[in-house]
Amino acid sequence: MRRRFLLAAGLAIAAAGMAKTAAAEDVIKIGEINSYSLLPAFTEPYRKGWQLAVEEINAAGGINGKKLVVVSKDDGGKPADAQTAANELVSSENVAMLAGTFLSNIGLAVSDFANQKKVFFLAAEPLTDAVTWSKGNRYTFRLRPSNYMQAAMLVEEAAKLPAKRWATIAPNYEYGQSAVAVFKKLLSEKRPDIQWVDEQWPPQGKIDAGPVVQAVAAANPEAILNVTFGADLVKLVREGNTRGLFKGRNVVSFLTGEPEYLDPLKDETPEGWIVTGYPWYSIKTPEHDAFLKAYQAKYNDYPRLGSIVGYQTIKSAAAILAKAGSTDADKLIAAAEGLSVPSPFGEITFRKIDHQSTLGAFVGKTAVKDGKGVMVDAAYRKGSDYLPSDAEVEKLRPKE
Amino acid sequence: MAFYIVQFLTGLASAASLFLVASGLSIIFGVTRIVNFAHGAFYMLGAYVAFTLTEHWSGALGFWGGIVAAALVVAAVGVIVEILLLRRIYHAPELFQLLATFGLTLMVEDLVVLIWGPDDLLGRRAPGFKGAVDFFGQNIPSYDLFLIVLGPVVLGALWLLFQRTRWGILVRAATQDRDMVAALGVNQKWLFTSVFAVGVFLAALGGALQIPRDAVHHAMDLRIIVEVFVVVVIGGLGSILGAFVAAVLVSELNAFGILIFPTISLILVFLVMAVVLVVRPWGLFGKKEAPVRRTPGLTVIPWRALTSLERLAALVALALAAMLPFVGGNYALTVGAEIAIFVIFAASLHFLMAVGGLASFGHAAYFGLGAYGVAFLAKLAGLPMIACLLLGPLLGTLGALVFGAFAVQLSGVYFAMLTLAFAQIVWSIAFQWVAVTGGDNGILGVWPEKWAASPSHFYWLSLGVAALVVSALRLITFSPFGYALRAMRDSPLRSEAIGINGKLIQWTAFVVAGSTAGIGGALFAYLKGSVFPDNMGISLSVDALVMVLLGGVETVAGPIFGAIVYKALNIWLVSQTDLSKLVLGIFIVLVVVVFPKGIVGMFESITYRRRAAPPKSPVLAAKMEGAQ
Repeated sequence: MRRRFLLAAGLAIAAAGMAKTAAAEDVIKIGEINSYSLLPAFTEPYRKGWQLAVEEINAAGGINGKKLVVVSKDDGGKPADAQTAANELVSSENVAMLAGTFLSNIGLAVSDFANQKKVFFLAAEPLTDAVTWSKGNRYTFRLRPSNYMQAAMLVEEAAKLPAKRWATIAPNYEYGQSAVAVFKKLLSEKRPDIQWVDEQWPPQGKIDAGPVVQAVAAANPEAILNVTFGADLVKLVREGNTRGLFKGRNVVSFLTGEPEYLDPLKDETPEGWIVTGYPWYSIKTPEHDAFLKAYQAKYNDYPRLGSIVGYQTIKSAAAILAKAGSTDADKLIAAAEGLSVPSPFGEITFRKIDHQSTLGAFVGKTAVKDGKGVMVDAAYRKGSDYLPSDAEVEKLRPKE
Repeated sequence: MAFYIVQFLTGLASAASLFLVASGLSIIFGVTRIVNFAHGAFYMLGAYVAFTLTEHWSGALGFWGGIVAAALVVAAVGVIVEILLLRRIYHAPELFQLLATFGLTLMVEDLVVLIWGPDDLLGRRAPGFKGAVDFFGQNIPSYDLFLIVLGPVVLGALWLLFQRTRWGILVRAATQDRDMVAALGVNQKWLFTSVFAVGVFLAALGGALQIPRDAVHHAMDLRIIVEVFVVVVIGGLGSILGAFVAAVLVSELNAFGILIFPTISLILVFLVMAVVLVVRPWGLFGKKEAPVRRTPGLTVIPWRALTSLERLAALVALALAAMLPFVGGNYALTVGAEIAIFVIFAASLHFLMAVGGLASFGHAAYFGLGAYGVAFLAKLAGLPMIACLLLGPLLGTLGALVFGAFAVQLSGVYFAMLTLAFAQIVWSIAFQWVAVTGGDNGILGVWPEKWAASPSHFYWLSLGVAALVVSALRLITFSPFGYALRAMRDSPLRSEAIGINGKLIQWTAFVVAGSTAGIGGALFAYLKGSVFPDNMGISLSVDALVMVLLGGVETVAGPIFGAIVYKALNIWLVSQTDLSKLVLGIFIVLVVVVFPKGIVGMFESITYRRRAAPPKSPVLAAKMEGAQ
């Protein structure tokens, strides 16, 4: 008796699955996965971004005459649930490719799934270098500039600073660890005179900011590298401001210039931090103007970096599908390798060698304007300028 | 020197906010015996409401008034929750209230995003406490000084409340012996409601006071809830002073620990708790729990093995389930396999929790160890799949052998929290030891071999193993060993008196449960093709608890139904909506109200009542209680 339940549940799921597989021939489906319920602050603008892209693509006649449909799933921030979702998209929805993901471990889980099931996967956001290098595979491509690229952009500025004594504060998980490791390595290469005097590793999402700030101050560094973000960053900035940690010290910070993380700081934004980010208010290029106008017209809101990532993910996916003229994974890979597509930041290319896109980021300084945090003196850094040589990349990627 | 003093004061400020929340939890548990999982949710609500009020009301009065008003508003919400929900389930099996409060937590997490939006909110700085005080060249935020003073003030106020008022005397009496208080004619309903209100008020106040130094966001509850539980347990359940000392201890160890080991924060509280509980089984200031008056074994319908007809029905059901590959697609089969794996996991926890009477809050550790065992064997040793499946779970067995030896020395909530501590320590090893475990990026590429790779084959494999494990656990339950285990659960004194080596029996049960969980984890690794620290995280342990409680902890077949219903619903909801937590939370709360004995428990008591009215058992129960 007890197992009859299992069957009933199974049948119900099967029925639901079959009802959906009756897909018409004139649509192309992309399966999209992201941490909508866990990270709404990032994923809401992201969703708006890709919805805008879908609208534009279909208004322009779809992909080779077929209508584009994006089937979107939540992963709840768990790798195992992301795989369940990926499985549903591939098995029940018959999507042509997978796209999305935010967290690095989820990106890797879906990338491994794609490799196993031989499905094309365009990773949108995960930053870990492993996605395209140490755990890279032929089915996986990535849009956003990786940890390494962002670190290289920041190091270029950091090396110009006179500071010799550096401390680091980073969340204690793979993202924080690898960001610090790459930054240290690249900066020490450029500036052998630098000393690393302290490192703090608060748990992600649980920083006890007071003691951390005190501990860093006690080491008396001349400059600080920060990798925390979100609520941890808010706590760190508040404690740091009150305790005078940032006074007279240079701070270099990953991602802090992104509106997602900068806006919550309001008038408490620390000034003069060297950051990567997205100053949507000061980018004056025709490509970005067009995107900004369309986005503001549709949502009556300003874009975040997530909006750009969502928009460009689907735009890139559509370009790959259009060029391949097929939904076969091998043809999609062939089409994507070396493909150049326009983006709000200018043209980007998906490299053949490691499947990384050359999308870049803006590097600038933080400032407060009208009680809000902004990025000033921001300049776009092309991703292609901050990648190691092909020979090094060859060594990093596993042999197929 | 000045630096160390400032670091000490900073630790005290952290302790104050921890103490406020912890004291509320401690009071609620002491009187009502509710493991209030929603305490973090009330803390978060306090912060959100305070944010709104202080944004609307200007000036110093507006700020401080807003903080207090927010705590009062949330306390009122707490009263409503207590009256509408918790009152109905005080007599449900132990820990069932945990399920209700877990459902509430899920709902609140989605509701705050719906009401206040997804962005992190930056609250106002406290008027008059914006700057810092210079202390020999070191800066101490004046708000920290305020918190440092507030902690002992609240402690003193609570002490006065409990020592010098009639209400306080009643609360202390109820903490010691609530049946006796009821027998003396105290209106328990309102006593419980008022205690719950005070506890929630403290939690919300703790949250509201965070807004000048934290960001208000929808994951605040998870950040604090586990830590607060740990503080309460270190201090000793029901002891306010204990909560204060424990909060100071944990915060100071953290403040100074990071100077030597910057990565210590991740597990510090759990290490402290494990050490304290091993040395002092009832926490620093706790007393040995009074013997439980109501013998659990007598409140339930007596367990019995299946009749031959029922056995046949189970076989037919299994055969029907085995037909799924002929009707379902690949997705249905993968979901089916996942459900079968969770049946194994839930059954293993149920064996420990219902048969052994030992509720573990860290059962995912053994599931995860099984999964990592497989991953190590497959990736590092390159063993074939069959060998991995057979040997991988042994890592779970090993973990259970070691941790079980310590854990079974304790009982009740202390046992639960020690298992949680061990699970967190194992988790943080998997999380931090990047060179071996890959850290949170996990171990990839653990896919099944060809013979098991197709979804239908893997489904049959999982279903077959699940059937074997469930049957084996049932056999053990109704074996002499199972009877001895239940004897220990129902009356440790009597069973030791008749010569049962209780601790050895419980330890064995712990190892059995850990090993079977490891089997589930081993299959899970192959199902997903990868292993992550997530597979041994707190949320998975809580999922297992919810499955067992949902099915009915006092039944034998409960975990099977609980796992199927919860997992199927969860997967379906996550696929259908971003508000899966809200819907799932509402579902759980409804189940709690409609089926206070769990789904299977409710059906069993209906059929049991129909079969034969047992008029004598209450009398018998009363007599037995007297004898205890």
